[in-house]
Amino acid sequence: MTDNPILRDIRSNKLVLAAAVVLALLLATAVMGPLFVPYDPLAMDLDSLRQPPSSSHLLGTDSKGRDILSRIVHGARVSLAVGIAASLFSLCIGTFAGLMAGYFGGKVDLVLSQVFDIFLAFPSLLLAIGISAVMPPGLASAMLAITIVSWAGFARLVRGLTLSLKEQTYVEASAAIGASTGRILFRHILPNALPLLLVAGSLRVGGFILLEASLSFLGLGVQPPTPTWGSMISLNRMYINSAPWMVIFPGLAISITVISFNILGDFLRDKLDPRFQG
Amino acid sequence: MFFYIAKRVLLFIPTLLGITLITFLLMQALPGDPVQGMAGERANPETLARIRAELGADRPLPLQYLGYLKLLVQGELGRSYYTNRKVSDDLLQKFPNTLKLAVTAILFASLGGILLGTLSAVKRGTVWDKVASVISVGGISIPVFWLGLTLMLIFALYLRWLPPSGMGNGAFAYLILPAMTLGAYSLAYISRITRSSMIDSLSQPYIATARAKGLSQTTVIAKHALKNSLIPIVTIIGLDLGSYLNGAVLTETIFGWDGIGRYALDGILKRDYPVIMGVVLFGAVVFVAMNLLVDITYRYLDPRVRVPGTE
Repeated sequence: MTDNPILRDIRSNKLVLAAAVVLALLLATAVMGPLFVPYDPLAMDLDSLRQPPSSSHLLGTDSKGRDILSRIVHGARVSLAVGIAASLFSLCIGTFAGLMAGYFGGKVDLVLSQVFDIFLAFPSLLLAIGISAVMPPGLASAMLAITIVSWAGFARLVRGLTLSLKEQTYVEASAAIGASTGRILFRHILPNALPLLLVAGSLRVGGFILLEASLSFLGLGVQPPTPTWGSMISLNRMYINSAPWMVIFPGLAISITVISFNILGDFLRDKLDPRFQG
Repeated sequence: MFFYIAKRVLLFIPTLLGITLITFLLMQALPGDPVQGMAGERANPETLARIRAELGADRPLPLQYLGYLKLLVQGELGRSYYTNRKVSDDLLQKFPNTLKLAVTAILFASLGGILLGTLSAVKRGTVWDKVASVISVGGISIPVFWLGLTLMLIFALYLRWLPPSGMGNGAFAYLILPAMTLGAYSLAYISRITRSSMIDSLSQPYIATARAKGLSQTTVIAKHALKNSLIPIVTIIGLDLGSYLNGAVLTETIFGWDGIGRYALDGILKRDYPVIMGVVLFGAVVFVAMNLLVDITYRYLDPRVRVPGTE
């Protein structure tokens, strides 16, 4: 473990180390936090509406007397689950489509590339709104909406990679000794594209978490009473003047999470692939 | 040049068809009767019958899609369930407001981003560079809607320097907070690109020459380095226009700005599907058309430029 150059670099870069620690804590919070939080995130307490932060409610209470800290801890589950699942799904679909377009070329490429362009032609949040509006609201609809708006970006990346990888000598060599198309694609091309794909995926997790937060801020995706960071902000925003903590803390949770993902993603990009600029 | 434009415009057509196909399929997935969906719940029976005939709701899907296209060509996006007004009329009425906000935000983002990026490239490795990199990571990470609420809390509710929301009959003060909110993401993005592009230019031999001639630091940076770094920066500004349409939904919601973004939110809250789909389709078409315009402009300004994806 200590010999791994990436881990060594993470330890020497304080900002990246901080981001990694934040994300590790966040993951632990999402998995185990709900067992330890002091209050039920759904329990309304009509005697303590809109309480400012205090020793009994560290981050205060919301307009229905619910403990904000407990709700943020529960909300971490939704954010991380949607962010990570959407990355994995869209990465898988995008990789498959991109491999097909890049490897087979010709008409397959023409048609698939046109499909990628169509999906990339929508402003992402608008398409996500359209998709989640026609689906029954919930965790699955948020994941699906984000996957549908983002797979084409990965597909275009993988297509480009495949185009250059299929010209490599080892691919020609394995085709020459009679390897099947499936073997060439999944044993030769895919493993060589993988590091870049993982970087691309990790760079996008932060963006997906933002997208989920935006959807739930707009009242789509996961519905109340289940706490999500986005809906905590939208449900309490009319009290921003009298009880700003109800809006400030969930927003800080989103910001810190996404900043950490972005710092780590940038770092991995710089380390693993200097070609990957911008 | 002519062939390039012709090719780009031709490529525009399948993209438009694809976009309409997706919105058509989404309309099909709607809970309830799609014809009622197009016409609005208060539509009179004649309208219903006319749309049903145009759509041919009992015909096979491909024919229905052709009917949908025919309606779109006539500018028929359906009617709001609640107001029974034509969605196309509403969109045309509200779009200028969104445009005004977006243009202000683009100016703010471009000027701020180029300044910040230049500063951090010139002062590379100093505290200034660190501050600029914090702002640029923050700008792409902080949720637009929360940034807007926080700015409103600080500048409108605590300091009382600016109005908290509304459009104030066009007074500029009402535009400042929404434009800053909407532009923040792009500002961060532009500042990143400016920084790397400027660092690249500053290491070129002509910069050393300019310095050796005894030109002042300001002249070297503004006239020699920045001018030569502008192409990637302008490209990014152009290709990033879609983010303003995304941000507009959130920004307009927060600041009570009467544009197509807030119109979309009203649609979402009331499950007013013709309104939602109208905004989605309109936004995509505007976005694609802007990208096309940007591509052609670049090609005209600089024949060396190859915009990604056009080969």
